[in-house]
Amino acid sequence: MTDQTAPPTQTNPAMDRMKASLARRYAAEKRFQSYGIIAIILALSMLVTLFATIIGTGYTAFVQHTVHLDVTLFPQDIDPEGNRDPEVLARADYQSAVNDALYSLFPEATGRSARRDVRALVSSGANFVIRDMVLDNPELVGQRVSVRVPLATEFDQVLKGNIDPAVDLGVIRERSTDIPWTLPPGERLISEGQADYMQQLVRQGEIDASFNRWFFTNGDSRQPELAGIWGAAVGSFFTLLVTLSLSFPIGVAAAVYLEEFAPKNRWTDIIEVNINNLAAVPSIVFGLLGLAVFLQFFGMPRSAPVVGGLVLTLMTLPTIIIASRAALKSVPPSIREAALGVGASKLQCIFHHVLPLAMPGMLTGTIIGMAQALGETAPLLMIGMVAFVVDIPGSPMDPSTVLPVQIYLWSDSPERGFTERTSAAIMCLLGFLIFMNAAAVLLRKRFERKW
Amino acid sequence: MNVQTKDSEQDHGYPDTTVGKPILESDIKVAARDVSVFYGEKQAIKSVSLDVAANEVTAFIGPSGCGKSTFLRALNRMNDTIDICRVTGDIRLDGEDVYDRKVDVVQLRARVGMVFQKPNPFPKSIFENVAYGPRIHGLVSHKSELEEIVHSSLERAGLLNEVKDRLDTPGTGLSGGQQQRLCIARAIAVSPEVILMDEPCSALDPIATAKIEELIDELRANYTIVIVTHSMQQAARVSQRTAFFHLGNLVEMGDTETIFTNPEHRLTQGYITGRFG
Repeated sequence: MTDQTAPPTQTNPAMDRMKASLARRYAAEKRFQSYGIIAIILALSMLVTLFATIIGTGYTAFVQHTVHLDVTLFPQDIDPEGNRDPEVLARADYQSAVNDALYSLFPEATGRSARRDVRALVSSGANFVIRDMVLDNPELVGQRVSVRVPLATEFDQVLKGNIDPAVDLGVIRERSTDIPWTLPPGERLISEGQADYMQQLVRQGEIDASFNRWFFTNGDSRQPELAGIWGAAVGSFFTLLVTLSLSFPIGVAAAVYLEEFAPKNRWTDIIEVNINNLAAVPSIVFGLLGLAVFLQFFGMPRSAPVVGGLVLTLMTLPTIIIASRAALKSVPPSIREAALGVGASKLQCIFHHVLPLAMPGMLTGTIIGMAQALGETAPLLMIGMVAFVVDIPGSPMDPSTVLPVQIYLWSDSPERGFTERTSAAIMCLLGFLIFMNAAAVLLRKRFERKW
Repeated sequence: MNVQTKDSEQDHGYPDTTVGKPILESDIKVAARDVSVFYGEKQAIKSVSLDVAANEVTAFIGPSGCGKSTFLRALNRMNDTIDICRVTGDIRLDGEDVYDRKVDVVQLRARVGMVFQKPNPFPKSIFENVAYGPRIHGLVSHKSELEEIVHSSLERAGLLNEVKDRLDTPGTGLSGGQQQRLCIARAIAVSPEVILMDEPCSALDPIATAKIEELIDELRANYTIVIVTHSMQQAARVSQRTAFFHLGNLVEMGDTETIFTNPEHRLTQGYITGRFG
């Protein structure tokens, strides 16, 4: 019946044209979708590659090979006066105790060069490990203590399989001298003798791979096996503390003034444009500003987190102001009217109603700004936070470095031990950043309100 | 606001300056004389003069964009928050010029409360919503006193029985009609003399509307109420006096009964009979 009453569609030229264009439209839609999918796949594969590389290089840094030593702490060497004065204990010679313990492991090594080889097996910072133990517990003096000291980085890397023993080393594991030495003796990282000693220790089960606590408790060091991120992490913490305590109140106050109180005229327009422009200024420019103003003019200490915090405050302020203004703008006018309608003054209206409602948005912006500051390197290089700092900073005035700068410093070092630590430090930094961004997302979700 | 200044030149048959029918001098709560409101260059209210009687419900009716809300907001200076808005003329509350420099706007708004078109409770508890006004004005010194004010306000707004078990739940969780009554409770908690209502029922269903209208009628005993409404039936039901606005002019004002049964002006008649608007 429909065939007879409805006109055949073929005869309707408009329909035909529409059909043709419909096919084109669908094709365009499909094409666009596939572009999107390709882009996402590309981006994801890049991300996976990035993470695979970083984790692949870095995960070994969380493990450190240690050798078991029985160290005798003779009181006459360490504390001749016997009053356990921490000053004396801190400056005492623990190296000879370590050396004696090593020699006793290899009684056959008697010559000068053989003994030098033996000494080089463990980290040259092994004496500090023992010193710290003694400082923690002075009772140990006079006793024979069993300690695990970190292996020197070359041996550690060989045992982790990061350095190919066939290329620049002899043989460490089960195999023996049948692997050819490709480098002449003077250029080898490990001598044949040391290779034998290592083999011996491995067979005796004196070497152990354990969690690398030094990486998380030490500051920077020339010895990769003793270098840690704690100094940089504390530096980052102090820097962010200064940044947060300055940029959040200033940023929020500026946003409230500009959004709620400032008259709308040419001057506030100029200020607004400039705040938006500041957000796009390269961060190193802020570093130069900090160098000129805080260091040169005000004479503040170099390499100090307080200066780093000031510089990063300048850098994050635009982000926080823009986010806070957006948050204030998104508070519905009905809430303001309600407050004004019952006779609240403008200030009461803002502080009792508008600010609490805008706070989640402001906090989100602040956390994003802080995450940005945590990952910032360039401006801190300009104010000297790139220095080699071994000590853990005790206050924002102490010289210090920060995590990204520490990564930058380590990435410049040729030792394989620093390569893995670079990646491990990147993992830690990324962990902090993911944590902060997740906090921002959660905060937004948690306080999202409907009105 | 969709007001065109040109229209005043067209012949609507009424003068640019209009005065509502005079009422007894002793009954006047709010007196407006020659009030004009400008948004930038546009004139939204054109030299309107009218009186609002005490303990009565006065309704402002008129087509959209006629300026009735603007005029209402001029009465408690809510227009102050709009930068480009300018008010000229004379508005007196109990004989006192509300635009006088000496008048404190915070105090004025405590005396002239307001209920808005869309229910706008604070995103806080029901208790806090009502307690906010008395608290900021320092009306109470004890917690018990505050609780008493909150309870009596909710009671007078006809909401207490529905919410007394959940005063600490968010006010935004109530139904639309309950929210609007909460807003009325919030307004009367600061003991105002005048309550301005800007289309308080436009977002509500008929049952909630009926409740609010009932409430308005009860509140009349203690407060002076000015209500802006789009519904002529509502104006007829709740108000004692009605003012008809058109394009920024007050066309006619008088007893509600007279306005609805025997309007003087043909525009009024056209509007109330539904020929335009």
